[in-house]
Amino acid sequence: MRLRAERITWAVRGKPLLADVTLDAPDGTLVGLLGPNGSGKSSLLRVLAGLQRPDSGRVLLDGVDTRSMPRRVLARRLAVVTQHHASDADMSVLDVLLLARIPHRPLLAAGSAADLAAAEQALVDAGLAGFADRRWSTLSGGERQRVDIARALLQQPQVLLLDEPTNHLDVRYQLDLLERLAAGPPTVIAALHDINLAARFCDRIVLLNGGRVVAAGSPAQVLTPARIAEVYEVHAQVDDDPDGRPYVHLRSVVWG
Amino acid sequence: MTLTPSRTPPTTRTRVRAARGTRTRAPVLIFAVAALALSVAGATTIGTADLTVTDVFRTHGVHLGLPLEPLPALADSIVWNLRTPRVLLAGLVGGGLAVCGAVLQALTRNPLADPYLLGISAGASTGAVSVLVLGLGVGAGALTGGAFAGAVAAFLATLALAGRRWTEPSRILLAGVAVGQLFAAVTSLIVVSAASPQQTRGVTFWLLGSLTMAGWSTVALAAAVAAGALLICRAATPALDAFAFGTDVAQSLGFSPVIVRALLFGTTALLAAVLVAASGAIGFVGLTVPHAARYLVGSRHRILLPTCAVIGATFLIWADTAARTVFAPQEVPVGVVTALLGVPAFALLIRRRQAPA
Repeated sequence: MRLRAERITWAVRGKPLLADVTLDAPDGTLVGLLGPNGSGKSSLLRVLAGLQRPDSGRVLLDGVDTRSMPRRVLARRLAVVTQHHASDADMSVLDVLLLARIPHRPLLAAGSAADLAAAEQALVDAGLAGFADRRWSTLSGGERQRVDIARALLQQPQVLLLDEPTNHLDVRYQLDLLERLAAGPPTVIAALHDINLAARFCDRIVLLNGGRVVAAGSPAQVLTPARIAEVYEVHAQVDDDPDGRPYVHLRSVVWG
Repeated sequence: MTLTPSRTPPTTRTRVRAARGTRTRAPVLIFAVAALALSVAGATTIGTADLTVTDVFRTHGVHLGLPLEPLPALADSIVWNLRTPRVLLAGLVGGGLAVCGAVLQALTRNPLADPYLLGISAGASTGAVSVLVLGLGVGAGALTGGAFAGAVAAFLATLALAGRRWTEPSRILLAGVAVGQLFAAVTSLIVVSAASPQQTRGVTFWLLGSLTMAGWSTVALAAAVAAGALLICRAATPALDAFAFGTDVAQSLGFSPVIVRALLFGTTALLAAVLVAASGAIGFVGLTVPHAARYLVGSRHRILLPTCAVIGATFLIWADTAARTVFAPQEVPVGVVTALLGVPAFALLIRRRQAPA
C-alpha cells in the first residue's frame, strides 16, 4: 500500500513543528526519516498515523485521504509504534500482544483461539518465546520495544510506522529487525537516529531539519558530506560500500 | 489396572498457553458468583431480631410465590422490607462502585482512581447536608434526591472547570480534585454554621456511608442504572484494555479517545451519583476491589469487570452485615467497616506490587 503525505503543516503556539512536508512511500518500501533532535521526525509520524491532526495538508493511503476513513478501517491497514510507553501498565506480554487483534474482529466479540495462536507465533517470531506471562512493567527497555514492534506487526498492517524502533535494541536485534522490515511486505516508514543503519537498509531516505524536508531520495543521493554538515553540524566522510550504499564516518563537530 | 491419560497431552506450545490463558481464570469468577449467591442468602438470615434461618427462607419463599405458611406480619416485614432490600442494595452498591473504580483506573491510567474522582461524593454530601440541615425537602426521598442533585452538580462543575478538552485525564482529574475540595468546604460551612449537635451526628453518619435507608424502590432504581451502566462498560472492554496500555495505542487500534472517555466518564459518574445518593460515600470499595480482582484474574477487562462486580458486591454485603450486627444495638456506618477492612487489604496489595515479579 502506498502512503503519501501532501504539504503537511503543523504548528503549536506559533512554533512550527512541520512546515510544508511532502513525503512519498511506494508500496513495500522501507523509508527512513532522518534528522537531528527536534527536526520533526516524531511529529511527522504522529500525523501520518492519524494520532495528530495537522493544521493543513493530507495523508493518503493508495490515494484515499485517511481522514475520510473510519478509524477501525484505518487500524486494519496502518499500525504505529510511538515512543510514548506506558511504563507502569500492569498487563502480561500476551495481553499486550492480543490488543493488536481488536480491529480485526467485530466490536463486541471476544478474542478467538486463532488470535491467541497468532499472538503466540508473534512472540516466537520476535525471539520472545516464554515471555507470554511476563508483566509488561518488569520488562527492560529493549524487551518492551521488541514486544511493541511485535504487537504492531500482529496488527497485520499494510503500512507500518515506527518511531526510533532500534534505540533500545542490541546490535543483533537492530540488524534482525531492519532486515525483516526491508524484506517484509508492509510499507514501512521509520524514524531512525543511526545514519548508517538507515543507509544500509532503507530504499529511500527523507532528511528533515527544523520541520522541513531538506532532501529525499536514495541513501546515496541524500547522504552527502555537505548535507550532513548542514543538518547535523558534523564533518563527515562518506564512503561507498561494495553493495553501492554509502557509509558515513562522522569526524568532528562543525563549530560556529 | 491401567492408567489412561484423561486427555491427550498438548502437542504445541500454543495449546498449553491457551489452557493457561483462558481456562484457569474462569474458575475464580465461578467461585466468586457462588460466594455472592450464598452471601445474599446468608446475610439475610443474620440480624438482631430473633429469627431462625428457616423463618427467613420461608419468608423469601412466600414472597416468591411458594405455597408456604407466612410469618407474623412484623417478622415478615423485618425480613422482606428491611433485611432483604438492604442486602441487595449493599450488593448493588459494592459491585457498582468496584466496576466504576476499575473503569476509571484504566481510563486515567491512575491506580489511585476511584468512583469519587470527579467530585461526586463531595457533591452528594453537600446535597444531603443541605436537605438534612437546611431543611430543603422532607423525608428519605428528599435526602436521596438532594444527594443525587449535589453529585450531578459537582460532576457538571468538574466538566466546566476542566474546559473544552475535559476528556484528557489530567485535566478532569485536577478539576475533580478542586471541585471536591470546594464542595467539601461548602458542606463544612453548612454543618458548622447551621447544624444542631444532633443534626451533626446524623450528617456524620450519612457522610461515612450507610445503607439504613434501603427500600425496594431504591433497590429497583440502583439495579436499573447499574444494569445499564454495566452493559455499556461491558461493551467497552476492548477499549479499556487498549487505554489501560496507552492512549496512542488505543487510538491506533481504532478507538476515539474523546468518544470513549466521554462515554465512560459520563456512565461511571451517573452510576456513582445514583449509588452515593442511595448509600452515602462508602469509601475503599471502589479503590481496593479492582486491585484485588486484578491480582486474581489479571487485567483483561472482559473478565476483570464481572469479577470486580461480584467481589465488590460480596464484600459490601458482609461489611454491612458486620456494620449492623457487631456493635448491636448500636449501628456503625458501613464506610467505617469498609475502611477498617479495606486499608489492610490495600496494604497487602501494595506489598505484592513492590515485590519483584
